[in-house]
Amino acid sequence: MEAALDATTVTHELKAATRQTVVLSVPTIVCGNCIRSVENTLRTLRGVEAARANLTTRRVSVVFDPALNSMVDLTAALERAGFPSALLADDAETEQKARVSELVPRVGVAGFAAANIMLFSVSVWSGQASDMDSSVREMFHWLSALIALPAVAYAGQPFFKSALAALKSGRLNMDVPISLGVLLATGMSLFQTMRNSDQIYFDAAVTLLFFLLIGRALDERMRTKARGAAENLLGLRAKNATLIESDQTTKVISASQIKPGMIIAVAAGERVAGDGEVISGESEIDESLISGETRPRAVSTGDAVYAGTVNCGGALRVRITAAEENTLLSEIGRMMLAAEQSRGRYVRLADRASRLYAPAVHVLALLTFTAWMLIGAPWDQALTYAIAVLIITCPCALALAVPAVQVAAMSRLFSKGVIVKAPDGLERLAEIDCVVFDKTGTLTTGELRLETNGNVDTVALGRAGAIAGTSKHPYAQALAKAAREEGIRAHAVDDVREVPGSGLITASGGLEEKVGSAAWVGAEEGLASIWYRAKGKPAVGFDFIDEPRKDATSCVSELQRSGYLVSLLSGDRREAVEQTAAVCGIEGWAAEVRPDQKLQTIEALKARGLKALMVGDGLNDAPALAAGHASLSPASAIDIAQNAADAVFQGELLQPVIETLALAKAARRLALQNFAIAIIYNSVFVPLAMLGYVTPLIAALAMSGSSITVTANALRLRSMKLHLPEIGTSP
Amino acid sequence: MTALAWLIPAALTLGMMGLAAFLWALRSGQFDDLEGAKWRAISDDTDVAGAPPERGPAGDA
Repeated sequence: MEAALDATTVTHELKAATRQTVVLSVPTIVCGNCIRSVENTLRTLRGVEAARANLTTRRVSVVFDPALNSMVDLTAALERAGFPSALLADDAETEQKARVSELVPRVGVAGFAAANIMLFSVSVWSGQASDMDSSVREMFHWLSALIALPAVAYAGQPFFKSALAALKSGRLNMDVPISLGVLLATGMSLFQTMRNSDQIYFDAAVTLLFFLLIGRALDERMRTKARGAAENLLGLRAKNATLIESDQTTKVISASQIKPGMIIAVAAGERVAGDGEVISGESEIDESLISGETRPRAVSTGDAVYAGTVNCGGALRVRITAAEENTLLSEIGRMMLAAEQSRGRYVRLADRASRLYAPAVHVLALLTFTAWMLIGAPWDQALTYAIAVLIITCPCALALAVPAVQVAAMSRLFSKGVIVKAPDGLERLAEIDCVVFDKTGTLTTGELRLETNGNVDTVALGRAGAIAGTSKHPYAQALAKAAREEGIRAHAVDDVREVPGSGLITASGGLEEKVGSAAWVGAEEGLASIWYRAKGKPAVGFDFIDEPRKDATSCVSELQRSGYLVSLLSGDRREAVEQTAAVCGIEGWAAEVRPDQKLQTIEALKARGLKALMVGDGLNDAPALAAGHASLSPASAIDIAQNAADAVFQGELLQPVIETLALAKAARRLALQNFAIAIIYNSVFVPLAMLGYVTPLIAALAMSGSSITVTANALRLRSMKLHLPEIGTSP
Repeated sequence: MTALAWLIPAALTLGMMGLAAFLWALRSGQFDDLEGAKWRAISDDTDVAGAPPERGPAGDA
């Protein structure tokens, strides 16, 4: 980013001083026409100098003059053009870019070097059988060295650094044998080149780096894509806020610019942009994302409100408080920290393999060297055989075994709308044997539906729906929607007055009609969620339920059939949870559970030796998500929950949970198969190497062969038919 | 032998040129948006006046 700005500052020094570059997430860019309209929309704005949309990342980067235009104008213009957008934090973006572009040039260099050295090596190999004279062979070896030395020094750095870091902290990882093998092979080959011998392994060393770098670069690329998509999902949730300045004028700012002490206005139906305290107004707040409670909570002056909740009633003014002042959030934060620590560092499959593998390789190489020395071979010959062992065992296949499978699995999940964020997430998901669901927004859709029970007063519903259509209260909206869905066509009602916290009143039909709470219409409390009453007639109550997702029941029963222990933990009230549990067929359920109790339940499962998958979307689920052996969260979840989860699934259905588990298990199976393939290769070629029969040609063949086999095996995952295996039947 | 003296430097130089071209393309952001690039290729309107060239700041983002 800066390099490009520098280039233009030469000619526009003054102008450039006032420029600002921002990156906006625009998830609805899906085709070439979208690119054009997004770019044209932005470029016609005043003060915008450049705009370029990226279809791969679904982002657009804009260079504009902050004096002439503001961020909010940019997003507003895009919104008008039909592209909702959100500002992304810039640091994350630049950091990712730096990491990707570090590996890809190394792949290029290693590829170039491998191809050119192979050119010389193949000539030498074929020449040995015929009539190549030794001066030409020597020259070819020197040319190979000339290419290999700088290439290894540059392309091998990621492995050397990682190996060094592991050694410093007293661990062994896969990069230790790789680095050792590559460095020893290069050094030994250089020495043999000087002595004009024919045991030259430059090609093997560089080809090894080339294959491994491809694996790393693809892995990195998939993760960057997943991280970007996760950020895009969250970006859109952080909307704008209406700031009230000290002179009472209002200004729209982006939610990320909110600071403690600011006063914001929250209109009815709007999401609260930051945590704070109500300083004026009365309303009801839908806190289902915070506590799981589906019934709105009444708030008035002095009450705390949280970011991510929805204002259902009247307009509020909120003074933003700092996160640390906020008791609930800071408590959740403390619990999450503790939970993450108790989860401990998960040792990944590849690292576990390398713990066994790396010492074995080094011992074998040492054994070869000593054995040859003992039977009286010259030291350089013994060393050459030992290095051949290192190169043959050099875990090309082992180091590719896991990343290749992970890339295939992650991209298949990505196309299904599941974004796997945690690097070790898939491996932990494969070990799950019990699933804990949250209710509101996870098992259920989080949307209110009218409970009809077969008989509904259509006249009252039509009338009430028409009146309710004027309000933004979730019950009123649900009522209006229910009326529409019942196919009732009612006349539009105007002149409706809304009394915050109570309900709606109108006299437009010639008769006073009320829609609202029981107290408002004068009905008995507690029997229904919302009431309608025309003056002089009995009140009609409507009740709402938070409906389970369409496939919740079938998903739960599929999990149970496969032997998973399924339970439901919700912060919602008892009746609501009991009903959902009954519909979905979950026997173990608990209602009115506080966040710390959810956490304790997960810990208790862990103590019983079970590996729990937590699926949840609310702030109250966040500590449990952090503590679970693995965790999933729907894309509608609050940002803290999404950040705590290993993977995020999109869409209306619960099916992705099962697909993720099935794919994670399949990926684990394939990774283990790949290990087996690598071990078979090694058990054939290592004895040959120890006996000194491995020539550079055999080393090159063995290495490429095993790498290609494991990669091909991993690619099977892309088209493999998946089913959820029963617990205990899969490795 | 004289053939080799010509061919080897030629092969290496060509290879280096390919590598340099790849690194240049990578640095200038040409691999940043492969999805978008295939659409831009068939888009028939040229960039609006005042818009940056292909290697604009956004391309390097």
